[in-house]
Amino acid sequence: MSAIAMRELTKVYPNGVRALDALDLEIADGEFFALLGPSGCGKTTLLRTIAGLEVASAGSVRIGERTVTNLPPGKRDVAMVFQDYALYPHMTVQDNIAYPLRIRKMDRRGRAAKAADTADELGLSALLERRPGQLSGGQQQRVALARAMACHPQVFLLDEPLSNLDARLRLEARTFLKRLQRELGVTTVFVTHDQAEALALADRIAVMEGGRIRQVGTPTEVFRRPANTFVAGFIGSTPMNLVDAEVHDGELAVAGTRLPMPQDADDRVTDGEKLVYGVRPEYLDYSPEPVPGALSGQVVVVENLGSFSLVSLDVPTGDGVMDGVGDAVGVAGTTLQVVVPEGREPEPGDTGWVVPRPGRSLLYRDGELVSTAPAPAVPTARTGVDAER
Amino acid sequence: MAQVTSPPDQVVEGRRPATGASPGPDAAGLGRARATGFLVPSMVLILLFLVVPAAWTIYLGITNYRLTGLAAANPEIVGLDNYTRALGDERFGSSLVLTLQFVLGSAVIGQAGLGFAIAFALRDRRGPLRRVVEAFVMLAWILPSSVVAFLWIALLDRDAGTLNTLLGIPGTAWLLDHPMLSIIIFNTWRGTAFSMMLYAAALENVPRSHLETARLAGASTWQQLRDVVFPRIRGHVLTNLLLISLWTFNDFAPFLITAGGPEQRSEILPVYVYKVALSGGELGFGAAISFIMLLINLVIALVYLRMLGRRKEKA
Repeated sequence: MSAIAMRELTKVYPNGVRALDALDLEIADGEFFALLGPSGCGKTTLLRTIAGLEVASAGSVRIGERTVTNLPPGKRDVAMVFQDYALYPHMTVQDNIAYPLRIRKMDRRGRAAKAADTADELGLSALLERRPGQLSGGQQQRVALARAMACHPQVFLLDEPLSNLDARLRLEARTFLKRLQRELGVTTVFVTHDQAEALALADRIAVMEGGRIRQVGTPTEVFRRPANTFVAGFIGSTPMNLVDAEVHDGELAVAGTRLPMPQDADDRVTDGEKLVYGVRPEYLDYSPEPVPGALSGQVVVVENLGSFSLVSLDVPTGDGVMDGVGDAVGVAGTTLQVVVPEGREPEPGDTGWVVPRPGRSLLYRDGELVSTAPAPAVPTARTGVDAER
Repeated sequence: MAQVTSPPDQVVEGRRPATGASPGPDAAGLGRARATGFLVPSMVLILLFLVVPAAWTIYLGITNYRLTGLAAANPEIVGLDNYTRALGDERFGSSLVLTLQFVLGSAVIGQAGLGFAIAFALRDRRGPLRRVVEAFVMLAWILPSSVVAFLWIALLDRDAGTLNTLLGIPGTAWLLDHPMLSIIIFNTWRGTAFSMMLYAAALENVPRSHLETARLAGASTWQQLRDVVFPRIRGHVLTNLLLISLWTFNDFAPFLITAGGPEQRSEILPVYVYKVALSGGELGFGAAISFIMLLINLVIALVYLRMLGRRKEKA
């Protein structure tokens, strides 16, 4: 168990691609840490550089008290579970789990005992004599985890741990992984492109783009207060609504409507400044009747997502004047998405009004969050929809 | 198995439905006559050029047929005389030993070993180095035997050989002092390309993550080969060894360099047959030896196939 610290870490591939760009990151001892980002953002390269499978072009990696930047993978005391699990098809489950111990020259009996213990912890005892080809995807994953656990490494590295499982098994494995990590207390870094997976599993998340880290924070922080419009668009099962806004007399003009200024942005904006107003679909309340301080538009799409629906509204923007019933006069418009609980869904073509919840909207200037207030310290329910009602 | 929408034997509009699951005896729908028509030309060719000569060889093997003389006009059936003579012949025995040395040295150790080493060394490389190495190795493979033999004689010649000039030791008679070593190295040089290509393709099939898992466990290169690479490419290795063993066993090209000499010290079986049957004119005896070689080839093939089969059972 150890903390991981990266300083100025840079990786440039021979073909000139800069996969990691002077990256600084600290991962605390025992933390469950997610590297999240779209494909090509450098998250896998970062994981592989921690593992030693890629050699850093510049900068340093520390694991615990040791600088491991130039150590080969076998000397770093880390274990990695690959996306395809990388189980050896010609070995039994027991031999697979004991493989790292065999390389460390543990005697046969010790290996068998250790493999059996580890298998027992993960509920694999009945499968020790099987071969990987005879196991289900979930069992294979647990064998791969057992192999990683068997030699008690300081750090676990998981590459897309859930992506090879089917949807139902994925939820089960997610809960299992989180519990296992909590019980073992080993520093664990995992890579994912799935923001829901990162939010659900991780203690902290680093959102990456183009070889840089765009935000590091708890799931609550990156969900509630994305530091920039990239993170705002990437995190959340529905991306944040981002609408052009202009400051007028301490209020915001958004799509022809005056909205109150988000509280911690009050004194950091100047009159007449053009900004981007951001609010999550979960933090908008839909109303079929006109309400004061509401944005209005025409319902174009209703997507049923089970206990709630995602409603898309065409909201006219620009200086166009609303004609009472909310029909657009101007041509320019923007789409707002709002989450509506079951039973209250409008029909496409209806006119609807949406009101942002107080304290849940954000302002972005040049793509960066306008705020210096510290992010909320106490994590609360994240997924908004159910928790807020 | 693919989902079958109707039972395979159900007749739809007078025809069997073409299903992926069980295509039935006539998958192409040609009918027996037309299918036979397609097969006949190749069958005739196989019969003419493979079966008939083989049968002819077996027949010759039990006669005293000769190139010249009385027995050329009226060959007599001599039964198994040729075979007993061959098996009792010291020259045949030493020739067989030399052939096995040749196969083991140039095919199993030389071509397969060197081919794998090159393929493994180049496995992660792209770009000019790999292309240049592959081009040179392939060049040795595609050149005609006569050209290659001439090049090797020029290289190893006692008086004006390139090797002696390079080493500064004129007068060293490589082909006379080390005839077997010379043809083993020659055949290794000549045939490595095939093994290299085959292993390069096989290594592509070893998942990167498997090797990396071993590396993370601290495995050395040798341990990675033993635990990850070889179990994975065992089938490729056996197939490769089967093919190059048979090819090498029947290879006549060394004759172009040493002609079996000096004093029959590099007289491998194909060369021996050639000398007995064509130089010595004893076609019947030569045919008998050829048939023994065929049987040895069959044994080699069966051994490898057994090993391949055992692998499938284990998996």
